[in-house]
Amino acid sequence: MIAALETRQLSALLGGRHVLRNIDLQITAGRWTCVVGPNGAGKSSLLKALAGLLPCSGQVQWHGQPLATLTRQQRALQLSWLGQGEASTLDLSVWDVTMLGRLPHQSWLGAPAQHDAQMVEAALKATQAWDWRERTLGELSGGERQRVLLARAMAGNAPTMLMDEPLSNLDPPHQVDWLEQVQCLLAQGTTVVSVLHEIGMALHADDIVVMREGQVVHHGASSHAATHVAIEAVFGQRIRILQLDEQWVVLPRV
Amino acid sequence: MTAQNSAPRMALMLLSLGLAAVLLGTVAGSQGLQAWWAAGNDGVSRQIILDIRLPRSLGAWLGGALLGLAGAVAQGLFRNPLADPYLLGSASGASLGVGIYLSLFGGGAWALSSWLGLGLTGAAFLGAVLAVLLTLLLARGVQQTLRLLLAGVVVGVVLGAVTSLISLLQPQVLQAMQGFMLGSTAFVSWLACFTLSMVLALCMALAWVFARVLDALSLGEATAQSLGVPLYWARLVLVGVISLATGAAVAHIGLVAFVGLAAPHLVRSLVRCTYAWRLFLSALMGGAMLLLADVMARVLFAPQELPVGVLTAVLGGGYLLWRVYRDADTGSGVRGRA
Repeated sequence: MIAALETRQLSALLGGRHVLRNIDLQITAGRWTCVVGPNGAGKSSLLKALAGLLPCSGQVQWHGQPLATLTRQQRALQLSWLGQGEASTLDLSVWDVTMLGRLPHQSWLGAPAQHDAQMVEAALKATQAWDWRERTLGELSGGERQRVLLARAMAGNAPTMLMDEPLSNLDPPHQVDWLEQVQCLLAQGTTVVSVLHEIGMALHADDIVVMREGQVVHHGASSHAATHVAIEAVFGQRIRILQLDEQWVVLPRV
Repeated sequence: MTAQNSAPRMALMLLSLGLAAVLLGTVAGSQGLQAWWAAGNDGVSRQIILDIRLPRSLGAWLGGALLGLAGAVAQGLFRNPLADPYLLGSASGASLGVGIYLSLFGGGAWALSSWLGLGLTGAAFLGAVLAVLLTLLLARGVQQTLRLLLAGVVVGVVLGAVTSLISLLQPQVLQAMQGFMLGSTAFVSWLACFTLSMVLALCMALAWVFARVLDALSLGEATAQSLGVPLYWARLVLVGVISLATGAAVAHIGLVAFVGLAAPHLVRSLVRCTYAWRLFLSALMGGAMLLLADVMARVLFAPQELPVGVLTAVLGGGYLLWRVYRDADTGSGVRGRA
């Protein structure tokens, strides 16, 4: 199996605290890998480091090539990033926000091409945000905004997508829509890496990376019993993973 | 997109408004329309229109345009709708420059004229630029936005205190200082118009090159970085644009309040567009706002003139207050987070 992303002895400090400690990890190309763990485990930091957005020691490789050797534009073309709490100002239109996802494909001072517009339209339709294309982000609810930001990340058409808590603010039906969009991306050969707090949704992934205190404590297939044991352990045995109608469900241990 | 099409229409409207205001500016003055009617055969009247009112009106428009542009850049760069062009200490630096100049050479007419090619304007510009450089030094570059903002606040407070000390020690400079602090377009010459227009063209071109970075920054620094935009160079150039635009404007028209803050807000409330248009529209809006305020300042209590900064503060502040109340009433809130 080919590794789309690989880390070697990856460590990072934030505010004097070790948020990542000597992480060796291989993310398989064309699969969906989900990172889970309790708050402060270092999930978002790991995702940022994989995207080249966090200063860290050690190495991150993209398809065997050190990420640091890629130019800004090369990296943006290969890795699409959807962060937490994007959009600090909300007065850009939905269309313009989504078009930003095409920036790595455009010449610096050139206008967007017809193909860019087509990609933006496809992404907005895929996330069911097409009807709001002339509205501003400020005129949308949190969940609607999240769908637009997902469209922005998808419009880049990068072979690897990194998403940090993409389900925040999404209601259950739209969480299912997101799941279907991920399946579509996987069918096109895209590698998807996401951080999720919704463990039930995370168990739909191909692989799970379980983190605690800046370290990877387990990495395995989502259906493996050992993965479930590791997840239950990092959450202090406060949750149980059970099978129901051929799906994994997570219940609180009260 | 329809929303984008409204930007060129708005630009056309603001350009027309600016042009009309310039014409209005050539009418406003102690001689009123009389100077116009007599301009054909009276050299003095012609001089009043061509050498006083016209450069003054154009200078007011150019100064306002520079402040509007700098305000839009500052709000985009710092991702803060409350950011104004004076944020990096340029205003207090310019005041200190003027304070030092006046304390050295006094506030008499001879001191206000060109001195060794520098004069009051040069002192204000030098003060503004040195203050921004001090801010950059304290912030150790442009990479940390928050550090840059804090350094700007510190420089503003410290230089403001030094200026107050100068005024306290040399009370004879107070009146001239007050005139500078309240803003005035009365001494804008054709040479000043030429300088301001060159600076505006340069700043607009530089800011426009990085307009996409400002768009990307509206989605957060991490996202902007992930989109492959040259953040470091953009910050460096855009801080330079803010400093140069503000320094040039303040040096020629004094400390005019609220135009840099209110003009980009007004544009945002009227049209939704990307920064490529917003920068341009904010400049046009700033120019029209300051020029109209200047005309009002000339005619409201004619023949007595009001300092234009007083009017922009009252009108701009009133407008922002109205927006805050309107947003609170409609529940839309301030569009943006600090």
